[in-house]
Amino acid sequence: MTTILLVAERDQQGEISQASLQSVAAASGLSDAQITVAVTGEASGSASSLPVEKVVSISEISSGDSGIYEQATADVAALVASTNPDVVLFNKSDFGSVVGARLAFRTDSAFAADCTEISNASGSVSVTRPVYGGSALAEFEIASSPAIVTLRAGAYEPTSKTGSPSVETAAAGSADIRASVTDTVAEARDGVRLEDANFVVSGGRGLGGPEPFSVLTDLANALGGAVGASRAACDAGWIDHSHQVGLTGKSVSPDVYVAVGISGASQHMAGCSSSRAIVAINKDGDSNIFKEARFGVVGDWEKVLPSFLATVRELKA
Amino acid sequence: MTVRIVVLAKQVPDPETPPSQFKIDESTNSVIPPNGVPLVVNGFDLNAVEAALLLRDGGADVEITVLSVGNEFVMDAMKKPLAMGADRLVLVDDEGLDKIDSSATVKVLAAAIEKDGPFDLILGGRQASDWDQAHVTLGLAEVLGLPLVSLVQKLELNGDSVSLQRVIPDGYQAITAPVPAVLTITNELGEPRYPNLRGIMQASRKKPEIFSLADLGLSAGDLAPKLELKKLYVPESNKQVELIEGEDEADSGKKLALRLREEKLI
Ligand SMILES: Cc1cc2nc3c(=O)[nH]c(=O)nc-3n(C[C@H](O)[C@H](O)[C@H](O)COP(=O)(O)OP(=O)(O)OC[C@H]3O[C@@H](n4cnc5c(N)ncnc54)[C@H](O)[C@@H]3O)c2cc1C
Ligand SMILES: Nc1ncnc2c1ncn2[C@@H]1O[C@H](COP(=O)(O)O)[C@@H](O)[C@H]1O
Repeated sequence: MTTILLVAERDQQGEISQASLQSVAAASGLSDAQITVAVTGEASGSASSLPVEKVVSISEISSGDSGIYEQATADVAALVASTNPDVVLFNKSDFGSVVGARLAFRTDSAFAADCTEISNASGSVSVTRPVYGGSALAEFEIASSPAIVTLRAGAYEPTSKTGSPSVETAAAGSADIRASVTDTVAEARDGVRLEDANFVVSGGRGLGGPEPFSVLTDLANALGGAVGASRAACDAGWIDHSHQVGLTGKSVSPDVYVAVGISGASQHMAGCSSSRAIVAINKDGDSNIFKEARFGVVGDWEKVLPSFLATVRELKA
Repeated sequence: MTVRIVVLAKQVPDPETPPSQFKIDESTNSVIPPNGVPLVVNGFDLNAVEAALLLRDGGADVEITVLSVGNEFVMDAMKKPLAMGADRLVLVDDEGLDKIDSSATVKVLAAAIEKDGPFDLILGGRQASDWDQAHVTLGLAEVLGLPLVSLVQKLELNGDSVSLQRVIPDGYQAITAPVPAVLTITNELGEPRYPNLRGIMQASRKKPEIFSLADLGLSAGDLAPKLELKKLYVPESNKQVELIEGEDEADSGKKLALRLREEKLI
């Protein structure tokens, strides 16, 4: 039997997030899996009908500790100590990246971040993770337990199953809260969220400046989608970093992902490769993006994009 | 009073290596260094050096020590932080240290920091562009029992505390942390400065201070990996792009839209 402690997260509505439902699917796929889900705050709503044995509620994340996660780390460490799981599974989110990495050292355990696959078919736990920005894949075996793993969004389909787990509340771990959040400044987002959009058009260094992003915005609006960007465009200050797609930005998986003036570096593709169709508009036919795209136009975006937008508008009219 | 800052910096293959030149020797599970593609200081670590230099620019009296664990260091690469304005370069240089995992790296860094003396801030990069674990700096905070704030894009020193901005998906958080603390720095901080001629000259005269594992009271046996690498390979791509060609570029744009409609994608 493989015992799994899955630390789940909530979406804005307070329900278990899609990414955590993907983790539930990944955990359920392990052979002879016995899954306990830990959830911050009360185990109500969809948390109480997950297809697992048990749901344990741990401390709510306080606004002062959000992003630092001392309390969550202490709570999960206490659960690990009392239940000795073989695997502790997180999403590779802000929460999972911090709590997972800290927990590994607090419990002297192995840590594998941003995995796209987990298996226990060979007896011990093995994971696959993209490395070198996604240029290579690495398979690791973790012989010690617990194995602490974060999973990349989109690596598994979210579970659609439900169940009737037993529900418990865990005693809070003792946390030494030193750093504290005094304010949160978040950009108000109008329209569809980049992560949820079915259509995304992203711009890169090839756009040459901030102004062209208004054409991308028009295109996104015409198709009810959202605007993304490469890190180069964000670093240049042409668009806010919250639009960055990639390894260290957001992960998107729309039906159509249009990359305009983006070369297709592995670190960029890490955030969009699970899109249904990637479309490239780039003036350099040898650009790596054409090795990743399903459709492409070799050409100058200044000439290609306006007629593309006009035709899209006609089709939508 | 002088504020002592330790910046953690790793030597990595240049991450901008074109994918076509990225090759792996599957018999040894290691990357074949492409011809002419140099080793560099990990990009986010240069952001951390920049963060420390910005404190100095702001008027603080800071001493910046760059610390790296590895082997076969290329001095041209590793002296870049000195050329930017860092004061000291400390290398833990021993055979095989370039191949240890993140948990072992933390052990060596912790031992080196203990040996090197008191400090006020430890700044690491957001993640190393070779193994992309984003683990070492966070682990070091745990091992040293210090407050940790990740993804810092701005910092200010206020005596016994630091005021920070931490990047979140749609903005940032304002955070106060007591000193000493461990921070990871992200590229939103801004581009690292280019070394000027004077900096390069000064750096060329400075000698790194070098520790071996034995100097730190550690042996290879202390550094057994927790993750065992079984296989490293370049994923195969069988994607075939369909190039849309029109009479001119504008016509291609139009045909692209029609083709996507045909596929019911838009
Ligand atoms: C650890 C790490 C993490 C990273 N994380 C990310 C990440 O999350 N997201 C990310 O995007 N990057 C990330 N990067 C950076 C990444 O490696 C690349 O540097 C970056 O993606 C390049 O951006 P780009 O494609 O816009 O620019 P470039 O590579 O400069 O490409 C510009 C492209 O525009 C084309 N072009 C120029 N003019 C025109 C024109 N008029 N019409 C059409 N095409 C034109 C050119 O042919 C070229 O292909 C990361 C790097 C590292 C090391
Ligand atoms: N060998 C090393 N020597 C010095 N610093 C390191 C080393 N490995 C990792 N780091 C630091 O830890 C950060 C995160 O690395 P990683 O956890 O490997 O992604 C890097 O950006 C560096 O600041």
